[in-house]
This record gives sequence, structure tokens and C-alpha cells, in this order.
Amino acid sequence: MKKHRYIPMTQQNERDMLAAVGAESIEDLFVDIPKNVRYEGTLPMSSALDEAGLLRHMTQLAGKNADSDRYASFLGAGLYDHQVPVVINHVISRSEFYTAYTPYQPEVSQGELQAIFEFQSYICELTGMEVANASMYDGATAMAEAASLASAATRRKKIVIASTVHPETREVVRTYAYGLGIEVVEAGFDNGVTDLGKLESLIDGETAAVLVQSPNFFGAVENVRAISDLVHAKKGLLVVGANPLSLGLLEAPGKLGADITVGDAQPLGISGSFGGPTCGYFAVSKALMRKIPGRIVGQTTDKNGKRGFVLTLQAREQHIRRDKATSNICSNQALLALSASVYLSIMGRQGLIDVCDLNLKKAHYAAKQLSAIQGVDLAFSSPFFNEFALKLPEGTDVNALNEKLLEEGFIGGYNLSRAYPDLDSVMLLAVTEKRSKEDIDRFAEILEGSL
Amino acid sequence: MNTSLDLTTPPLIDAKEDCALIFELSQPGRVAYSLPECDVPTTEDEVSSWLPDGFKRSDAAALPEVSEVDVIRHYTGLSRRNFGVDNGFYPLGSCTMKYNPKINEDVARYAGFAKIHPYQPVSSVQGALELMYTLQNDLSALTGMDAVTLQPAAGAHGEWAGLMMIRSYHEARGEKRTKVIVPDSSHGTNPASATVAGFETVTIPSNAKGMVDLDLLRAAVGSDTAALMLTNPSTLGLFEEQIVEIAEIVHEAGGLLYYDGANSNAIMGITRPGDMGFDVVHLNLHKTMSTPHGGGGPGAGPVGVKSILIPYLPAPVIEKLENGSYDFAAASPDSIGRVKAFYGNFGILVRAYTYIRTYGPDGLRRVSECAVLNANYMMARLNDYYEVPFAGPCKHEFVMSGSGLKKYGVRTLDVAKRLLDFGYHPPTIYFPLNVEECIMIEPTETESKETLDGFIDTMIRIAKEAEEDPELLLNAPYTTPVTRLDETNAARKPVLNCACS
Repeated sequence: MKKHRYIPMTQQNERDMLAAVGAESIEDLFVDIPKNVRYEGTLPMSSALDEAGLLRHMTQLAGKNADSDRYASFLGAGLYDHQVPVVINHVISRSEFYTAYTPYQPEVSQGELQAIFEFQSYICELTGMEVANASMYDGATAMAEAASLASAATRRKKIVIASTVHPETREVVRTYAYGLGIEVVEAGFDNGVTDLGKLESLIDGETAAVLVQSPNFFGAVENVRAISDLVHAKKGLLVVGANPLSLGLLEAPGKLGADITVGDAQPLGISGSFGGPTCGYFAVSKALMRKIPGRIVGQTTDKNGKRGFVLTLQAREQHIRRDKATSNICSNQALLALSASVYLSIMGRQGLIDVCDLNLKKAHYAAKQLSAIQGVDLAFSSPFFNEFALKLPEGTDVNALNEKLLEEGFIGGYNLSRAYPDLDSVMLLAVTEKRSKEDIDRFAEILEGSL
Repeated sequence: MNTSLDLTTPPLIDAKEDCALIFELSQPGRVAYSLPECDVPTTEDEVSSWLPDGFKRSDAAALPEVSEVDVIRHYTGLSRRNFGVDNGFYPLGSCTMKYNPKINEDVARYAGFAKIHPYQPVSSVQGALELMYTLQNDLSALTGMDAVTLQPAAGAHGEWAGLMMIRSYHEARGEKRTKVIVPDSSHGTNPASATVAGFETVTIPSNAKGMVDLDLLRAAVGSDTAALMLTNPSTLGLFEEQIVEIAEIVHEAGGLLYYDGANSNAIMGITRPGDMGFDVVHLNLHKTMSTPHGGGGPGAGPVGVKSILIPYLPAPVIEKLENGSYDFAAASPDSIGRVKAFYGNFGILVRAYTYIRTYGPDGLRRVSECAVLNANYMMARLNDYYEVPFAGPCKHEFVMSGSGLKKYGVRTLDVAKRLLDFGYHPPTIYFPLNVEECIMIEPTETESKETLDGFIDTMIRIAKEAEEDPELLLNAPYTTPVTRLDETNAARKPVLNCACS
């Protein structure tokens, strides 16, 4: 075996340590593994590369992907191309943060614990909820866990989910619901937002919760307050999925009647990374505090009366309650929660308002320019934030159009017929603060020329 | 009180002063952001017409107003109050706190990996798909399974996804199997995942050797057994020598075997779950494959399955087409569905793949050999000072008991807290549950003999301190930013955010 830079064992160490153990060879340490299950030979895996060779290989693989540094992206659909302040990478590259485990030993984990406490504070502040946890895997699993919590809290076994919720989130909710024995029904939409009449007809005394997303998958803002009234009239809970960045402009779900607010913190300074890791967030009203899944940090004092932070309310969790836990979650997305916290620290009170303002204005400018193209129109007239559905001329092949846009240096929009077969030739476009007027005008020009 | 402290040992963490909350640093009018000027033409009338008033936020979020320097100083200050693998030895059992290679961090930040979107045309993400496809194959080979999904975001997420596949498998065969069997030494996530997948948990006690008791297993299995979940080596660090018989018992009863891969660092290239008879396995890439724990996450929990379970894999799986390009395979009609948005924690998969390529198969085998030798060395040297309930050889970790110190009024918790004063992160304590005053030590292969000796000498010294000056342990730690914290009050009167507005 060649020496390896991550393994400090020398031949002398090996001899000395085997002697201390009383073994002749390393093989002696594996005598307890039955011969008939031992693997003989070399596993058929990728081979070893030296450092320079590995860097070359990874550069080559990365080079085959069209990244948003080189391509101007109009693609959102749940994952957005926002400016990531450079400070974030410096903070999350502090190895005291990224090489630590879950803060089980609070005396030497005050940094992480306080960072989580601040993240919880940020999420509560944005969402208008009273209690937030330390993070979930992503926005989709957070919504599935919200369905689970709602079912447990109401002892009801049916949830109603708006069909304007992200299609992958709906799929994840269905997978979890199947495991938990929860029935899922979907409420349709009209003009890009949940059809309140249809929704009302689906809510009954068995409904644990209504799950909506606002801005929804089409980018449209839902009438959350009206939906709240409908579900609360039947004593069910309201779960709202919200893009946290949009909450610099849009009313906090907590003020609109949400019992649980969830979402993905990706827009808050987290790079796309092909869809993960991002960071789910999970916030509830005080009444649901002891039913929340995952880690929670609380403030307390040490023996000298000094402020400190600890993991708390652990009687909910798998390592204590095992099969009676509120969730099976153990690892979460702590480092990405830190990214989101740093983002909000950087943006601050005014920055979050300003970035929302830019998104709103640029998206509406783009919508105006694009819908001015002959045969092109907005698919819906409902209010939107930074994303909208664009109806292209009948028969337009959105996938082929995206390939053409790619050749011109643009990442085009999401083909809505992928998830909504009725929305043929409709492209979902997101316009963030990163897109200049020039990008938008050029995009409109190329799109027009490609139709 | 501190006279016996070794003052030549630098304090574990050098930040003693209180650290203000970021919200407490706020000064109205201060900014840390840089945004472009608005370059698109708009009128005020237009803007106010876009959103009904009731949809707009009534009170601005009370975020702090600070400068970029404030932000950097604040988080640098917090980082100095935190301990990671790069700070020192972190022998946290079952967590595999090995060194997190820096090349992994660098390549994961390449724009071609970090700045790509899951819905881009597949023609524009061929490098990402090739990486995932290769990693699927590498992990299949490593575990002896027929297919791998990379989607689960963590070990517990993988457990649940695997159990959902097991459930679908039984249901497709028209069988109603409701019970999942776990040993009493299992991770808490095992029974919790079983519940989320709709199963009941049956816990069986381990025998005197710390192994699965075959008679109790035979008594527990039946026509309602969906699966046995097992960690092998177990959380006691012991290899289940009768694994072939265990597999036979479960399979004969019609159940399947689930392998919790948390302890895979002991067996790479030496034995494979697939060859032991397991039908499903998850790996914790943030343990075995060196990706950082991030202070709690993100991780990644890929799941490997035998061919009988391939139809149930969560959608989507990456496939290689005849023309050599890569694509997402169409979902099987029997798939359990989607378990996570997009394709898993891709950034973690990049790191794990990078790690595998630094070693290759022979190197990974050497990783496990050295991890096991390190653990056995520590166990041998500590054997005279702490009670070791199960004789070796152990695998990558081992358990001891602090119960011998109880006669001095000292508990395992006190030993752990005292270790902090010497610059060590303590081992896992009070787990597994079937060992009294448990201390669970996992050194990993990336620690040198000098590091192990330093820790062992400290553990021996602490055992002596317990005998001679128990007060010293009961009041430890002394060198950390805070002393022991009031956890009871934290749970009784929860303060869970700063209630800024």
C-alpha cells in the first residue's frame, strides 16, 4: 500500500500498535469476520489520482456544465440565481464551523449554538412566527414534515395541498404521507392561483391542514388570508410555504394566519449546486412548539450566570424518544442555515427591502418586454413577485427553445408542461436582481428570433 | 481549584468574553450590502399597481443594521467559540469525525458544480450527471449492492427511504408486514425512521457478548416481520459474527435486511453488506466519505439496494445512454416517489467522489485497516483504567464504561467535561443505551499514534483525578467560554429566539 497524505500511520507505528494490542498483523483484527463474507480482491471502483491529476479531472467534469457565471439565467422554479455576497463563503469556510459535529457539547460549541439561535431569530422575524427550528433538509421535506406535524396535532388524517405548490414538493409530501397513512387531495387553480371555491369544497372536519405556497410555483402571490379563513373555519391548520427572500416585500405568513410556515432558504445566499445542499426552514406558532421536528437551540445561563446556548426541548427527538419521536431527522443543514444567517446579516433591514424591490421591478419589466412579442403573453394576470409564466405561441417546443437560448449564452425558463400537461408551450421565468436591463432586452430579442 | 491544570496545554477555545447577538450590534443607517442601481424604467403608479396593499409587508423585518466588518468580526468571534476536527481530536463514537480534506472543499466550489441549476437542459450538465453516475457505481461496488440512489440528504433520510422501498416490496407481493426489528444497541434514528415509514418497532435485547441474540431473533420474526435493521459492526464496535445466520433467519421469515451504514468506516474493501445478506444499505457520506459535518449538516445518505428492490427506487436515477451521454431515467411505475427536491445534496456528492478518487479501492481498504488498528490500540491501552464490557478485537470504535468511577461520586458526564480542559472533544457518552455510563470512542484513521497517546494519557490522568480529587471533575470544565449550562431551565422556560420586534 502506498502512503497516503490523510493517514499518519507509519510502519513503525503499525508494529508498535499491533504489539500493544497483542496482534501479529492487521489481519488478526478481522478474525471475527466470517471467511465466507470476506471480500477478496480489488473492488471495481474508480481508481486513485494524485492531487494534480484529480484537480484536472474535476476541472474537466465541471467544465462540461453550463454555470451561471458564464450564462445569464432566467431559470427559477424553486431555485434562484441571486447575488451571493462574497462574505458568506469566507464565514462558512471557517473550519471551526464546517468541521464540527452537531453541538452536543455546548461548552465548546457556543459559536454554532449561537449561530443557530440567531438563525431561528431571523426566521421568526421574517415569517412572523413564534418558534423556528435549526433547519430541515430542504423546503420540500419541510413541507412534508409540516403535513406530518399537522396530522399529529389535529389527530386528523387528510391534508389538502394546492396544485400551485412546487410539483416536486407535492411529490415529496405524497411519499411521506403514504408512509404516515395520511390522505392527500389536491386543490386546483384558476388564473395561476388557488381556486378558493374548489379549495373550500375540499376542506372538511377530517382536514388536518391546507398546504399552500406563496409566491406559488407560478410565481403568483396567493390570497393567504382568505385561505386561512377557509381552513380555520373547519379547525384545520394552515401551512404556508414561502420564499423567505420575498418576505422583504410580502406580508409575513404569521400575520396572515399561518400555523406553520416552511420553505427553502436557498434564495438567502445559498448557491444552486444542482439543487442541493440547500436549507429547509420550519417555523410554528407557540402552540405547536413542543411538536416541532429537528434541533432547537435555547438560551440559558451557565453556573456563573453567564448567557449561553444549548440544544433544548430534546424530549421530542429520535435519540431520546426513538419510535415515539416527532420526526426521524438527525443531521440537518446547519452550515447552510449559517449561510442564510450571514446573508440576512449582510442585507440587513434596508438591503432586504431593496433586493426585493429590484426583483419586483426587473421581473415586471421583463414580463412587459416579453409579452410585447407577437404571439406571446403572460399566462396569468395574478400579482407576482420575481417569477411569472409566459405563454408562447401554440406548438412552441420549450425544450428546443431552451437549447437555442443556451447557444446564445442564456439559461432559459422551466417548461411548465413537465408538471402541468395542460400548460403546453408555457415557460416559467425568474428575473432576479442579477439580471441587467441589457440581459433582459437581449433575452427578449433572442427569444423572439427563435420562435 | 485549578492547580492541577496543565498550563502548558493551550485552552481549547480562546474566546472567553461574552459574544453579543448580531441583533445587538445594530446601528440605524449602517449597511453591509452592495446592490446594483435599478436600471429598468418604472413609474411609481406602475409599481403600486403590481401588488394589492394587503399582500405587502406592513412592518419591515427588524434585521440588524451593521457593516461588513461587523459581520466578519461577529462570525469570526463565533467561530472562535466552536470546536471542529481542524481544532483537535474529536473521537465521537459512531460519528466518524475524520479529517475533512481541503481539496473536497475547493472542487465543490467550482462554478461548474456550485452554480448550476437542476432544471437546466441535460446537455448543459453532462459533467454533473457523469459524476453522479460514476458515484452510483462506485458506491454499489463498495457495498455489494445492485443499484444506488444518491437522493437522501442524510442517514436518517436514507433509512426512511430504504424502509419505504421495503414496504412497497412487501405490499407489491400482497403481504401485510408491519414490524421492523432493531437491536437495543441501534441508533435512535432506526426506530424513528420505522415509525415515519408506517411500521411498528420491535426492540430485541443484545446477548451477553453484545451481539444479536439468535434465539430472541427467532422468537421475534414472523409473518408480520418487514425487516431487521442492523449496524454491522454494531454501535458497540463489534462485528456480528453470526451475520449469515441472522440473514437466514430474517429471510426465511420473509423479511428483508436493512444495513445502517453509519459504521462503514470499519469494513471498506474487507467485507460488504451485500455479501453479508443485506438487501438495503445506506451510507453516511459525511462519516465514511470524509464530507464535513458542518456543525450538524448537510450530509448525504445514498441508499443501495439489491435487484429485487430496484423497481421501488425513488425517482430519478441517472443512466448512461448508448451514445455515451447521461440522462435521468424515467421513473419506474412502482417507485416510492420522490424523497427530496431535485437530486440530493449534490455538493456533498462532489466532495465524496473527490475523496474516493484520492484513495481508489486499495486506499479505502487501508483506511478501514488503520481505523480499526487505531481503535484496538486505544482499547488495549485504556483497558486497565476503564471497564471494557466486551473483549476485542473491536472494529473502528469501542465502548467503555465510566461506572467504575461512581464510587468516587463521578460520572461519565464529568469525565467528558474534564476532557474539554485538555483540548479534546469528548467521545460519545450514554450511548448505546445498553451499556451503563457508556463512553464510546471512535478515533478514525486520520489520527496519529501521538494524538492517540496524548488522549489516552489524559484519560488515565482523569481516572486518577476522579479518585484523588473528584471535585475537580464535578466542576469541570474550567477553560471554556462558558461553564456547564442550565439545560433544565432552558427546556422549562424556553427562550428560542431574540424576539427582536
